[in-house]
Amino acid sequence: MLALRNVSAGYGSFQALFDVSLDVNAGETVAVIGPNGAGKTTLLRVISRLIDVTAGELSMEGKSLGQVPAYEVIGHGIAHVPENRRLFPRLSVEDNLRMGAFLPAAREKYAERLARVYDLFPRMQERRSQPAGTLSGGEQQMCAIGRALMSGPKLLLLDEPSAGLAPVVVQSIFEVVKTMSAEGYTVLIVEQNIRQVLKVADRAYLLETGRIKSSGPSEELLGSDEIKRAYLGL
Amino acid sequence: MQIFDVFLLEAIVNGILLGGILALLALGLNLIFGVIDVVWICYAELIMIGMYAVYYLHNVYAWPLWLAFPACIAVVAVLGAVMHQLVIKPVLSAEPINQLLVTGGVLFLLQGVATLAFGVEFKNLGISLPTLQVGEMYLSFARLIAFVVALAGMIAVYVFLKRTYLGTAIRAISQDRSIMPLMGVNPNRIFLFTSALGGGLAGLAGCLLVLQYDIHPAIGLTFGPIIFLVCVLGGLGNMIGGFVAAFIFAQFISVGGYFFHLEWGYVIAFLFFIAVMFWRPQGLFGARS
Repeated sequence: MLALRNVSAGYGSFQALFDVSLDVNAGETVAVIGPNGAGKTTLLRVISRLIDVTAGELSMEGKSLGQVPAYEVIGHGIAHVPENRRLFPRLSVEDNLRMGAFLPAAREKYAERLARVYDLFPRMQERRSQPAGTLSGGEQQMCAIGRALMSGPKLLLLDEPSAGLAPVVVQSIFEVVKTMSAEGYTVLIVEQNIRQVLKVADRAYLLETGRIKSSGPSEELLGSDEIKRAYLGL
Repeated sequence: MQIFDVFLLEAIVNGILLGGILALLALGLNLIFGVIDVVWICYAELIMIGMYAVYYLHNVYAWPLWLAFPACIAVVAVLGAVMHQLVIKPVLSAEPINQLLVTGGVLFLLQGVATLAFGVEFKNLGISLPTLQVGEMYLSFARLIAFVVALAGMIAVYVFLKRTYLGTAIRAISQDRSIMPLMGVNPNRIFLFTSALGGGLAGLAGCLLVLQYDIHPAIGLTFGPIIFLVCVLGGLGNMIGGFVAAFIFAQFISVGGYFFHLEWGYVIAFLFFIAVMFWRPQGLFGARS
């Protein structure tokens, strides 16, 4: 579905990604793990075209995204839940969700998808007229995921959904990810919480200083000495 | 004693009527600032162009007013969009002071062009609307119309911002510009639309003011500073704040003018503004953070 071939990218003269190749197949949940500053967020921003690809190929369902402006990426079925959720703090929860359905094709299905999101996150329905800035961290994450689902995406990009949340809440966010993959959503998730994310992902890539260090099925990576030693402290 | 009260009441009512039109003027500037983060110092000059548009269409080309008014709104809306595309877009990421200076340059440009094209003599539509007698008060019919239409215009903008996708996007973009593409929104199209809407509101204001004032190339200076002060008083970019501040400011002008002398009303209003700036530099209702 999503394919990156030897992608390099960066900010100005600073190169953040080197020669990254990565695939996400329909129906899969794929994780990108790695330490702070490895380029995980950059990777998602490249896929959303918020950052230019300086070398290599980026494509979705066989169509190149290399020249597509950022605001057209969502029209290709890619919805991005950005780092730190980035809700519109003074808009109500429902207005935030409405923004997710901004594209004409999504507007037609607004009512149906809104009902679906409220079904998935009943808490959002309770708080629908409350400004999003007044929600708790976990609720904000649910609202941000809901906003992305309003576009009816084929591929969901999640950037550190567990960051800054209390442990109990982290648990519930990973439950949400699990539910979504069970419902057939294709998910690319970036996380520092390696142990948790490998439990919900089918496959994972390990990203270090902008390069893919290793990849494979989640159980395999969980069992590898490299991961155990460097990231799980075993 | 009885007469005294009626004049005071008349001043208060006139203040409310003035507040309505000031609120409309402030809304356009606040909307543009809230979304694009640039203050159009030349906003009142768009109103001036709108007033000339009505004058030329109606008095020179003999269009009926019901046609000249919408045409004026359309002309100034297009002017707003052109203003964004040609002047603001190239300096979007420039220093705020440079953005301010550029729009200040447009102010003098528009004044100069108006002087060359239309001359310096005062023009008016030659329509004099009746004065309304309510009880013992005398109210200007033109002001009453201006108040009602301005209020209707503001309600329409409010409903648009609250109920439509585009309106929601306009409110959203002022809170987080950089993630708008993730929603499928092309920020520049929102900027263009907002500029046209702000221009359209200036056009509407031009239609209402041309019924009360003579037109000349420097007429913008009559309103420009007041619009700006009202916006800052309410918290720059805060549309609700600007609305309330317009009515407060108008009361100072009108009632202050009643107690002392007409011109003193403005002095008192400006003094009030300065006092508020010492006390709450962010405006009465806080600026958009």
